[in-house]
Amino acid sequence: MLSGWRQALITGEAAFKAAAVVLLTAFMAFSTVPSSAWAEETRRDDVSPGFNHDAWNDIRGMLYEDQVIKDGKGVISLTAPYRAEDAAIVPITIAAAKPQTKGEFIESITLVIDQNPSPVAAVFHLTPDSGLATIDTRIRINAFTDIRAIAKMNDGRLFMATEFIKAAGGCSTPGLSEMDEAIARAGKMKMKFLASDMEGAGGQAQLLIRHPNFSGLQMDQISGDFIPAHYVDSIEVTRGGAKILGVEGDISLSEDPSIRFYFGDDTSGDISAVVTDTHGKTFSKSWPVSKLAKN
Amino acid sequence: MSPLVSLLKNFTGFPVLVLLILTMAPRPALPSDPAQASSAGPGPLAVEEVAAGVFVHTGLHQDTARENHGDIANIGFVVGTGGVAVIDTGGSYHLGQRLYDAVRRVTELPVLYVINTHVHPDHIFGNAAFAGDGPEYMGHVKLPRQMAARGDFYLGRLKELIGEAGAEGTKIVPPTRTVAIGEPLEIDLGGRTLTLTAHAVAHTNNDLTVLDSKTGILWAGDLVFMERIPSLDGSILGWKKVLERMHGMKITKVIPGHGPASASWPAAQDAQSRYFDVLIEGIRPIVQRGGTIPAAVATVGKSEADQWVLFDDYNPGNVTNVFVELEWE
Repeated sequence: MLSGWRQALITGEAAFKAAAVVLLTAFMAFSTVPSSAWAEETRRDDVSPGFNHDAWNDIRGMLYEDQVIKDGKGVISLTAPYRAEDAAIVPITIAAAKPQTKGEFIESITLVIDQNPSPVAAVFHLTPDSGLATIDTRIRINAFTDIRAIAKMNDGRLFMATEFIKAAGGCSTPGLSEMDEAIARAGKMKMKFLASDMEGAGGQAQLLIRHPNFSGLQMDQISGDFIPAHYVDSIEVTRGGAKILGVEGDISLSEDPSIRFYFGDDTSGDISAVVTDTHGKTFSKSWPVSKLAKN
Repeated sequence: MSPLVSLLKNFTGFPVLVLLILTMAPRPALPSDPAQASSAGPGPLAVEEVAAGVFVHTGLHQDTARENHGDIANIGFVVGTGGVAVIDTGGSYHLGQRLYDAVRRVTELPVLYVINTHVHPDHIFGNAAFAGDGPEYMGHVKLPRQMAARGDFYLGRLKELIGEAGAEGTKIVPPTRTVAIGEPLEIDLGGRTLTLTAHAVAHTNNDLTVLDSKTGILWAGDLVFMERIPSLDGSILGWKKVLERMHGMKITKVIPGHGPASASWPAAQDAQSRYFDVLIEGIRPIVQRGGTIPAAVATVGKSEADQWVLFDDYNPGNVTNVFVELEWE
């Protein structure tokens, strides 16, 4: 019995709603307060304790100052489970609407989780050689939150897609792995070739990296202190020497990070990944694209 | 103070609310009739003697909520001629107290041992209720680390789920003595010994089983789920291995962590093993062909939906956890 406790807020929230409906119905019989005001109050109270309603305004100001951010429709979309099944492993997909071209391409995608302790979860850097700026990864969610993918085009325009996720505790719940074992096996990598989902986008692959990605918010079971943050902060993927994908990572990426990405249509040469963590350790590995494509 | 009284105190300014809450609250059971004892009412918990001197309280197939005080797991005790061993203590201090009252209804002997089968809150949060007898608290060698790591998170969550008043007195009480993997430990209750075995990663990384020498009954903790869908917090492949090893053990019956008070062995784990195979055989091909977690969550395990209570609440999380485990096969 644990997943119930990882998603416990969901159950709690359902109970809260049920209670709120009963109380609201009763209250309305005795009062003239408009029901819409109550509904609004209930919705705002609905999120987890400590919910910061101004979070995005603050983050937006820091990242983009007064630049215009347009609705991402037709450029970029974001898919996430409304109700996360495991707050430490929330699968999300950021999808570009059309393939990268030399004339017009998505240069970077910033992934923001409003209510997480460190809201910028990752920045993905892309090039025309990337094929398609579609990224799939797994994140930790600490509290009910909006998440956002902000695409920056090669001409500097900004587009944003937003989703709301219900989950809690993903940053602070320790994984099951023992700390020493998790550090000892860090750096092992797997690359899987995947079928492409879009015409003209080229090949797709999944990079899996063994790493505890300690968030700095998990407790060390022996000392009772917090385990210092220790996470993958940089991933560089190249194909035949050409830059395909760069990732600036943060504590919100799940343990054993997984990144699905496109690598274009050139099947000669190697795909190489160089991964660095916050302790300065570097792990690297290469896979021939031709061999991957046969799998 | 009963939770009902404290609710009244909190809400005396709002008579309408008090009325509503009163009508929503479950009726307290009559303390004189243990069979009627509900989890939220006062008085000793209802227990069933499943073998000579072995008493089990059957938990509800619900998630922890105000109405049930965390009474969702099977908990109980074994009585020897020298004293008592309590095995799992329920999901709140309140529930632990009611289990203590149930012990006192059966015997005046002291509680010598409080054994936790693993770290999950529905099994450990009644621990403090037994402190007065000065028992040895026992658990898996990895239990203290997990309790320290997750304790505050679990306590915070408990307060959200059952309220400050309902959670009153609940705290983490770590083991004073631990059992290492591969080194089973025997404890003597007088006239019977209990063998405590620590297992490798399965349901969690700190699963412990308790075998009673006198009756041959095994307290399986959450290594065995019946009726209620199993939840995964360890390793599905590891769990299968542990169950295979348990197949060969000389056990008359098991007491599952969730399900009936006792069941025959190894039939008790048939449904669970079938569900595990459905998960593994459903997810492995999706992982191999490069599918995604949402694709697996949407399709895997559906044939089991009618076989388990709370299926929709836990199957998606189980699929997610199995998926990331099988990715590294």
